[in-house]
Amino acid sequence: MILHEFMDFEVLRVIWWALLGVLLIGFALADGFDLGVGTLLPFVARTDLERRVAINTVGPVWEGNQVWFILGGGAIFAAWPPLYAVSFSGFYMAMFLILAALILRPVGFKYRSKRESETWRSAWDWALFVGGFVPALVFGVAVGNVLQGVPFRLTEDLMPIYEGGFFGLLNPYALLAGLVSVSMLVMHGAAWLVFKSEGLVADRAREFGVYAAFATIATYALAGLWLAAGVDAYAFTGAVAPDGPSNPLMSEVARGGSWMAAYAERPWIVVAPVMAFLGAALAVLGFRARREGWTMLASKLSITGIIASVGLTMFPFILPSSIDPNSSLTVWDSSSSHLTLFVMLVSAVIFMPLILLYTAWVYKVLWGKVTARDVMDSSDSVY
Amino acid sequence: MELDIVELSRLQFALTAMFHFLFVPLTLGLSVIVAIMETVYVMTNRPIWRQMTKFWATLFGINFVLGVATGITMEFQFGMNWAYYSHYVGDIFGAPLAIEGLMAFFLEATFVGLMFFGWDKLSKVTHCVVTWLVAIGSNFSALWILIANGWMQNPVGAVFNPVTMRMEMTSFFDVMFNHVAQAKFVHTVSAGYVTASVFVLGVSAWYLIKGRHEALAKRSIAVAASFGLASALSVVVLGDESGYSATHSQKMKLAAVEGMWDTYKAPAPFKLVGIPDQEARETKYAVQIPVAMGLLGTRSLTEEMRGINDLVIEAEARILNGILAYDALMDIRAAKGAATPEQIARFEDHSADLGYALLLKRYVDDPREATTEQIAMAAEDTIPGVLPLFWAFRVMVGLGFMFIGVMLFFFIRANFYGMRFPRWSLWAAVFAIPTPWIAAEAGWFVAEFGRQPWTVDGVLPTALSVSHLSVTQVALTLAGFVTFYSVLFIIEMGLMLKYIRKGPFMDVAETEAWNRRHNERLSGRTSQQPAE
Repeated sequence: MILHEFMDFEVLRVIWWALLGVLLIGFALADGFDLGVGTLLPFVARTDLERRVAINTVGPVWEGNQVWFILGGGAIFAAWPPLYAVSFSGFYMAMFLILAALILRPVGFKYRSKRESETWRSAWDWALFVGGFVPALVFGVAVGNVLQGVPFRLTEDLMPIYEGGFFGLLNPYALLAGLVSVSMLVMHGAAWLVFKSEGLVADRAREFGVYAAFATIATYALAGLWLAAGVDAYAFTGAVAPDGPSNPLMSEVARGGSWMAAYAERPWIVVAPVMAFLGAALAVLGFRARREGWTMLASKLSITGIIASVGLTMFPFILPSSIDPNSSLTVWDSSSSHLTLFVMLVSAVIFMPLILLYTAWVYKVLWGKVTARDVMDSSDSVY
Repeated sequence: MELDIVELSRLQFALTAMFHFLFVPLTLGLSVIVAIMETVYVMTNRPIWRQMTKFWATLFGINFVLGVATGITMEFQFGMNWAYYSHYVGDIFGAPLAIEGLMAFFLEATFVGLMFFGWDKLSKVTHCVVTWLVAIGSNFSALWILIANGWMQNPVGAVFNPVTMRMEMTSFFDVMFNHVAQAKFVHTVSAGYVTASVFVLGVSAWYLIKGRHEALAKRSIAVAASFGLASALSVVVLGDESGYSATHSQKMKLAAVEGMWDTYKAPAPFKLVGIPDQEARETKYAVQIPVAMGLLGTRSLTEEMRGINDLVIEAEARILNGILAYDALMDIRAAKGAATPEQIARFEDHSADLGYALLLKRYVDDPREATTEQIAMAAEDTIPGVLPLFWAFRVMVGLGFMFIGVMLFFFIRANFYGMRFPRWSLWAAVFAIPTPWIAAEAGWFVAEFGRQPWTVDGVLPTALSVSHLSVTQVALTLAGFVTFYSVLFIIEMGLMLKYIRKGPFMDVAETEAWNRRHNERLSGRTSQQPAE
């Protein structure tokens, strides 16, 4: 195949960096409200019927939503193999927690209402809470650690060696990032519940949504200030070839300076944090004004801004190493080969639009509120 | 045996993969069977078929969700426990996994929700299309997973890059149309169809024994027996194709499966039974069918099939050649990006056997310093455990032929004896329910255990593929998975049995009434529109 030679390696790398962001944002927008609803479940819905209403708002779509996560993992594996190898083995116990939570969740959705027993149902309700809250928190904690650099190094054979433990991940800055993530996903889940349900569930969700949107603004602002003042950035010290071979050890990196330098270098990226704040503020207004559709959009805007701001601030760094900065993974030295990136781009160009199209159709078919009446009418077939 | 990180990681992968594979075959087959039933419903408009569709779809759903949940583990385990593998072959191996997500998994997961929640929201035909999309999605899923797995068995279309220290793709076409992957795909999918057919047959037989839901059970048997007969025939024929494709790409696996220590004069005999002895390097008490193996393996009477002993000698030669490749690789690395064309040419001359030199890493840090003894040991390592392979294969094949018999019997009874089944045959069908799972797991075992000591045949040894983790970490997650999965399995079986005992949730009269209401609602919706 020679076709791939028509696209520069460098360009493909930037495209796949952007696509990685698109997939993460896609995951947060689609699966994010499921996680938020899971986290809110014990609080916004008290009776069994209320809980079934809340669960059935995400019932038909969580499976598709979760694929964003699977696809994200697959795309990291295919397009950024060193990132996949380092992060998944490095964040070992954290990944296990996420896995356990994400396995609990599908099973909880599917099996909860298949038995009448109260203990059975309440056990699954807590499983759904854990399945929503734990991933939401851990994803944020992971991002908080990535921003600070992660204690790994690569041997000359490019074998990743991770030298921190699980509890090292739970440092104050990372926990703050975890709170940002929980706040924004709870905001998103509340926006979804307000959009898809009515009555008490929606009223309670509205209240939580306002708090969560305020919390998103506060924690995100705090995390930003802290990033500017107290977190070291990483930078190349020597020349680096954007189309060079994918061997991180061939470039030199030093720790120091501030990530905020990126905003002086590329002032346009300020658009991301602006979206983050603006979206959350609009969400507050939307919740209060009972404009459900707009609230949902505002929440999406905020989440997109928050996730994009991390990537844009760190570019071209993807996963800096705190103990051996030269091992840091960047856009220029940790991608797949030229051919693989091209093949993957072709498949993404073919299938992503199709996916968006049929996902939109499914949401259209399922349009409208889920009511207590719906759940009672088809008690046997819904969750 | 002391459990080191490699053994623990293998154990974890084997357990989680085999657990995942309890749900996959049924998903593959039952999705198609449900889609067939719904198609009959759409074409005949008879409510009993709708009831059947919904009943089997409920069981499908209980099974499907665990397939999805345990599949997440598979996708992430490569990075968690097999980091060096992920780095070393991610450039090739990651692509089919990601495409699986894009092309197949998104499709099935997005529509499966609508399949369960869309009955009231979609027209009959649209709902049927949705069900088919779920079935197609799951089957495409299997295709891409097996392309990835096929590459581990027969790594085509890739070459080692000494600068990035990994395998890189040279031809996506070769990876996709890898003959091993294609043979595996059709074999695995057929096995899934057989599994679901035996399942539907067994559950229906139980209803007939109990005298419940006879209309549903008899029709289900008719579908399962015809679909199952075709699938059982194809699983055996295509399994033979899968074996044939191993003749050229994985000689050692084939020789081990056959307990074939020495190279026979062509055509080789087939050992029906026997007890392979790895120490003595012979297969005791063998009962042989002359000529059969040569015929099956090479489809000729003259082509020779190498025995294990000769393959070990061959491996030793490849290790020596691999050491030269390793030496050249170290030269290139020392040159720090300024390697001379001679150095690169020297590497390329020997690079096909680099993986064989890496086998020595178990014994010595620098393969160039290996002693003759260590080289002999590494060559010996290329023999997988012969006894378990020999028998797992025979269990699988034996069951395969049994499925043909069972399906043929029920097919004939259903079509030519007016759906009258002797009671003993119904009980036999009930007790046959677990057998396709045994066959599927045995087949999986033959394919993956037979690949040892490699993760990627001839390219990367298993011992080198793992992550840099502590034994405690892996033991902890292993214990976690075992506990967690056991609980899930008990819950799943409990629900399965509950819903089988409960039977279809509407009787035919109720379904008809529902059907009428549904039609009224749909026509009401369309007639309202012009008025607005």
